[in-house]
Amino acid sequence: MKLKKQKKKINYILFIFYLIFVVLSWTFNYQPGVQIGINFTDFVKSMFKILPFAFILIGLFEVWVKRETVEKYLGHASGCKGYFWAIILSSTTVGGAYVAFPVAYSLYSKGAKLSVVLTYIGSSAITRIPMSIFEASFLGIKFTLIRLFVSIPLVILTSWAIGKRFYLKPAK
Amino acid sequence: MLLLYVLTGLFLLLSLILDRGKTQKAIKIAWKKFINIMPSFIIMLMLVSITLYLFPDKLIVKYLGGENIYKGTFLGSILGSITLMPGFIVFPLSGILLKKGVSYMVLSSFSTTLMMVGIITFPIESEYFGTKLSLARNVLSYFIALIVAAAVGILYGEVIL
Repeated sequence: MKLKKQKKKINYILFIFYLIFVVLSWTFNYQPGVQIGINFTDFVKSMFKILPFAFILIGLFEVWVKRETVEKYLGHASGCKGYFWAIILSSTTVGGAYVAFPVAYSLYSKGAKLSVVLTYIGSSAITRIPMSIFEASFLGIKFTLIRLFVSIPLVILTSWAIGKRFYLKPAK
Repeated sequence: MLLLYVLTGLFLLLSLILDRGKTQKAIKIAWKKFINIMPSFIIMLMLVSITLYLFPDKLIVKYLGGENIYKGTFLGSILGSITLMPGFIVFPLSGILLKKGVSYMVLSSFSTTLMMVGIITFPIESEYFGTKLSLARNVLSYFIALIVAAAVGILYGEVIL
């Protein structure tokens, strides 16, 4: 716990230095610093369009969905079907990895199996429906199909392997 | 994006009608989780803003469009692993790169590592799942991306076995 606090402290100090750098760049019109500042605010804007909503959904999920339900579909007794549901669920994820991690953690704390949770993370990176549509329209449907068909089995396989080797302390 | 808003609104309303107390609890949980992860997020955004400055579009075109397809694939995978871009930038950019003559195989290694391997999101991932597990997932994801790239290269006839 102490280590974590220290890490947070370092994070804040880093951020303060960063802020000072950006503000100084603005005042002295130092181009790289100004550009970095613009990038930062752009990203903050696009994330705040997604994150609060995603976290409200996570909150609702934690309150309403019973542990037994998650265990049944994604838990140790779910067998192969767990992977199937993880992929379906991941394809509807909005945002990016930064949304997938907290959602995945919620699933885990509600009793989903580690390998299924990892499948969810991996496939949310590659199967998100809006993104795949976007990809197909720019690079062609053949490209998207190859990517999906090759990567999904590999994601399941590696998630299964990691799930076997690693143990994550049960979430509260 | 709109779907997310509608969905959140709908569920929130439904939850309010069904049980006020539970809804309040849900909001509380959401807020607490949001605040807890904020420092890691800010660090990530900081890193993103810097990498995006260091690797602008032009530089990416220059490095990925080279003659040697294997070198391009390798560089693409490295670039994809360290940078982070939202989907609405990645694919239009890939479309541009394709028109400039970058091969499908290179684009595949670039876009797949971009989505699956996250050096920049690593602080967030390890916050939730620990360093070792996150490391294992990222390393394996990198190899998955290379395999996908190989498959794309073969199926598009860009590399001949």
